[in-house]
Amino acid sequence: MNTYAKFMREAKSMAGNEIHRAKIKKAITSYEIQVDGMKKQQFQDWNAAREVAAGIKNEVLANLPEMLQEFEEKLTSRGATVLWAENAEQARHYIEEIISRHNARKVVKSKSMTTEEIELNEYLESRGIENWESDLGELIVQLADEKPYHIVTPAMHKSKQEIARLFVEKLGIEYTENAEELTMAARAHLRRAFVTADIGITGANFIIAEEGAIVMTENEGNGRLGMACPKVHIAIAGIEKMLPRLADLSLFLPLLTTSGTGQQLTGYNSIVRGPKSAAEPDGPEEMIVILLDNGRSNIYAQDHFREVLRCIRCGACLNACPVFRSVGGHTYATTYQGPVGSIITPQLRGMAAWQHLAHACSLCGACTEVCPVGIDLHPLLLETRWQADKEHAASKKWQFAIKMWSKIIPSRKVIDTFRPLMKIFLPLAKPFLSANQKKRIPTMAKKSFAQMWENNESTR
Amino acid sequence: MSNHVNESKTISLFIPCLVDQILPEIGFAMADVLRKLHYDVTYDARQTCCGQPAFNAGHRTEAMSVAKQFLATFSNADCIVSPSGSCSAMVRNYYPVLFAGDEKMMAQVHSVQERTFEFSEFISAENKVERIVGHADVSLSIHNSCHSMRELGIDEQIADILARIEGVKLFVPQVEHTCCGFGGLFSYKMPDIASAMAKSRLEAFTGADLDVLIVNDPGCIQHLRAEAPSAGFKGEILHLVEFLQKAMD
Ligand code: SF4
Repeated sequence: MNTYAKFMREAKSMAGNEIHRAKIKKAITSYEIQVDGMKKQQFQDWNAAREVAAGIKNEVLANLPEMLQEFEEKLTSRGATVLWAENAEQARHYIEEIISRHNARKVVKSKSMTTEEIELNEYLESRGIENWESDLGELIVQLADEKPYHIVTPAMHKSKQEIARLFVEKLGIEYTENAEELTMAARAHLRRAFVTADIGITGANFIIAEEGAIVMTENEGNGRLGMACPKVHIAIAGIEKMLPRLADLSLFLPLLTTSGTGQQLTGYNSIVRGPKSAAEPDGPEEMIVILLDNGRSNIYAQDHFREVLRCIRCGACLNACPVFRSVGGHTYATTYQGPVGSIITPQLRGMAAWQHLAHACSLCGACTEVCPVGIDLHPLLLETRWQADKEHAASKKWQFAIKMWSKIIPSRKVIDTFRPLMKIFLPLAKPFLSANQKKRIPTMAKKSFAQMWENNESTR
Repeated sequence: MSNHVNESKTISLFIPCLVDQILPEIGFAMADVLRKLHYDVTYDARQTCCGQPAFNAGHRTEAMSVAKQFLATFSNADCIVSPSGSCSAMVRNYYPVLFAGDEKMMAQVHSVQERTFEFSEFISAENKVERIVGHADVSLSIHNSCHSMRELGIDEQIADILARIEGVKLFVPQVEHTCCGFGGLFSYKMPDIASAMAKSRLEAFTGADLDVLIVNDPGCIQHLRAEAPSAGFKGEILHLVEFLQKAMD
């Protein structure tokens, strides 16, 4: 089944799934209350903050090649290694090479969408490497043998009861719905992984040009443990994660957490500038940062789309999106879900197979309204549709229908000729349509407004 | 963007294709209300559609030919007023995208753009809200269309207008605004998602036992009327101008 047919099938089943709708509604309602409050508490002028953030990110995009170089120079000067991966395969190859060089058997991973993007879990599994997700949400989806549901809250779709049953089955604990007890069970399980892992793999929320540092922000501290305990730390980051200066974090950390979870700041924020130095008693002996392109320079090269690289992966646009709320994260079948995912996936993974995502949008603009770095998300979805049209990747059926329509609609005379036909045709089409299609087939008015106006008639 | 208007002008009705072919009563209601507010109203039947269906589906070449026809029709109009926030936003916010780089067309776009308004914002910008007098003993609520709200920045205008009608009990839902799921061709391409969205949206109103839900975009109206029975919404779904037409009688 192709990606489009699969999306439509999943969307249909999820859209009718009331249990899912209720769970997501509950999660997002409490998220919204939290975020609205935090915006007011933390920012005197949220819109001004967004503008400043967008400006800093534009500065990055204007100087990205230079900043990447500066980042590499600074970081390597402190003994770390920087590797450039053009695509997912190359990134996995680097990781495999490091793993075999160290004869590693066990890896502990922090939450990272970039590792999802290169399908690292599947890859490590296929190589027989034991691999533990250290983020609670990620651990839950890993144990359930699922993909993350949402870029920030991977287990958003799981109720406490579902998590409890999962832990009973996979971690062998007694059934409990007490959140603290469940977290402690995961913790006990993970601590073993931290102390015995050979390699820690993390993502990065930001990378800093001026400082040659990577920045990680998280709530559980597991990412920090994961990169500090093992002898080797591999960090993988998309090239767009760049910020010019360390000082920019004073805006970007609160901006990200406010939009992401409605927190003032996450519990743990780590800035890493290299492996353990001679003066330090512990820490990883080796640090490797893999800078991932994987289609990003393709976006970078297109003026119209470049601004989407400002994205800091806060997830706000997913939560705001009524389509995401209706179909859920898994339906997208992409690493990045929701509005931003529907823009970047066709660019990263091919227009023909993924352009349907850009059509799964009512253009309501809720995403654009919430984006903390001011990306014009819904206009970019429109741009994507236009690009699909230009590249002949759009649906042939609809392309044809619109072509016919555009021949008829500009002429009043032609419309008047076609009207009676439409009145007959529309009801006839109904038996061939699904219930949800059928109910929105309109009933044409007896006469058009134009015809009535001309005859001095009125509808009253 | 806020457009400025001068005193006493003739209004050219901007009748969206959906109103023209399916819901003409909305067009007549708007004409009626405008006349009651002492405007001269004209209509040019050369207009057919603004091109939004094609533009939003990504077919810009086709949208352009339709949009050119629209611009030609209204080149000499005084004031262009439409009962749709979405179609007004197409002209105001997206014609510049559609014709970007074409200087000659852009001149036309700018000129028409400046004179195009959605009904409620026009009445407010003209300071004519006070002139609305009417009566209706109903409980109602408002679904402001996304394009009216986010593309044109229309917000309090609708409630201000409704506040002029004596007897109206306005219900304000506790939940944040969400899209009703219409989205033009979206609701035809992805009908199941559109239905789920309508259901979620109408949930905000079903408990309130409303007589009327006021909507200011014909697309949303058509969609919500189709979805109301399965969503369990029992009130009437009316365009703002339809409601005013009756209440101002
Ligand atoms: S596009 Fe904006 S709102 Fe969406 S994840 Fe990125 S930064 Fe957040």
